[in-house]
Amino acid sequence: MADLTSTRNSYVTSHAPRAGISRVVLYRWLSWAIPAIVVQSWEAASRIGLIAPQVLPAPSSVFDTAVNLGRNGELFVHLGVSLVRAAAGFVIGGTIGLALGVVVGFSPFAQALFDRSIQMVRAIPFLAMLPLVIVWFGVGEVAKIFLVALAVLFPIYINTMLGIRQIDPKLMELARVIGMDRIAVVRRIILPGAMPSILTGVRYALAHAWLALVIAETLATTKGIGFLAMDAREFLNTNVILLTVIIYAIIGVVADALVRLLEARYLSWHANYAKGARK
Amino acid sequence: MTQSQVLSRERVGASSSMAVSVRGLQRRYGSRVVIDALDLDIRKGEFVALLGESGCGKTTLLRALAALDRPDAGTIRAPARPSVVFQEPRLLPWAPLWQNVALGHENTIGRDGAARALAEVGLAGREDDWPRNLSGGQAQRVALARALIHDPALLLLDEPFAALDALTRIRMHGLVKELVALHQPGVLIVTHDVDEALTLADRILVMRAGRIAAAFQPKDHAPLALRPILLAELGVRTH
Repeated sequence: MADLTSTRNSYVTSHAPRAGISRVVLYRWLSWAIPAIVVQSWEAASRIGLIAPQVLPAPSSVFDTAVNLGRNGELFVHLGVSLVRAAAGFVIGGTIGLALGVVVGFSPFAQALFDRSIQMVRAIPFLAMLPLVIVWFGVGEVAKIFLVALAVLFPIYINTMLGIRQIDPKLMELARVIGMDRIAVVRRIILPGAMPSILTGVRYALAHAWLALVIAETLATTKGIGFLAMDAREFLNTNVILLTVIIYAIIGVVADALVRLLEARYLSWHANYAKGARK
Repeated sequence: MTQSQVLSRERVGASSSMAVSVRGLQRRYGSRVVIDALDLDIRKGEFVALLGESGCGKTTLLRALAALDRPDAGTIRAPARPSVVFQEPRLLPWAPLWQNVALGHENTIGRDGAARALAEVGLAGREDDWPRNLSGGQAQRVALARALIHDPALLLLDEPFAALDALTRIRMHGLVKELVALHQPGVLIVTHDVDEALTLADRILVMRAGRIAAAFQPKDHAPLALRPILLAELGVRTH
């Protein structure tokens, strides 16, 4: 005891940092404790009958439903179908958006040719296209993939184009001085320079893709997470409805984590994306 | 409008002792003549400073020598690819330092070549570091390494130290002198700073209204005697 109080320094070194760390840990605990408490109270309220199971089933019973559906494989079939739809739409829309963005970003001629028309189409909320899409493609797979592709195309296009536009002309001048060829300019300057913007586009596109998928899967389907929800609605099976909502949320979180992984890989040079800087 | 004279840009042979040779250079923006019938010769190994007020045409001249700007008339005999250091370091933030130094020639120069060039500017062992971790002076050193790695016959410096603090600038002056003595390029430095010109240059040119209005050899003058003369040429009175 005497040691601790004898010099000011030992007091400072023995206590101050620990207090700092414990506060960080405390806040971290708190941020997880709140949702845990909410779920616990929900469970408790359901068990003592405060919440009717048709309105909001207990978390434990949703979990049981997930285990049952998972055990007979049904859940994964529907999940797989949904993911394939999303991936197909994303690849098609993303490729078209990236290609158009690169061309328009590069060339004022291409901009004159395409940009105004694309911006006009972009002004349409893509969900407003739904009836038209059904008339064009019916209610099959093509309609669903088309809707996802449409939702993905514009954020990728806009952000790719802007990313290329924003590249410092002084760097392009440097490339001229050094005598870099066109391929080297694209590889060394244009693509890495536009990458932060392109990845922002990918983030938006993923969010839009999910929205499109949820809507598309409410159209007549026999497979997919959306079908699971619609089917459960018919039978007032709130457990399954809630499960599909949670699955959509999990897929969203996973997709976001994937983009973060890409950012960590390609933007480690950027102060904003360096380790720990982004939450 | 008079007819433009024959304009050409010729390559200087490797054997020539001349780094750059300019005859009758003219550059107009609309009706405004920015460079007017300008002649300039710089030998290899010679350090020439170009002083002048803003808008006198000195940066336009440098850009013409760097083939970044097309003159309206005259001839420029210059190496096909002079090296340029700009006021900003112009590093690619997404490339590690060695790739910045070897930019566009990564395969021929390689990591080791870039590392040697970095060591030459006092940044040994930093090849894998990112530009964002550099101070202003360090970033400009990398730009210098990138310019000198090609052993240029002509080195063009466009106010390269203007954005640096006074102490860093003095250190950079020492480094540039050493490196120029080592690589022996012809050097043209464009600057506002009379003291910088006096420290670095073998020959000081004062540019006014698109022409070279005066030329001085610092070695012909007593130390400190040239400074007030140069300032007077630039329209600054000292007592």
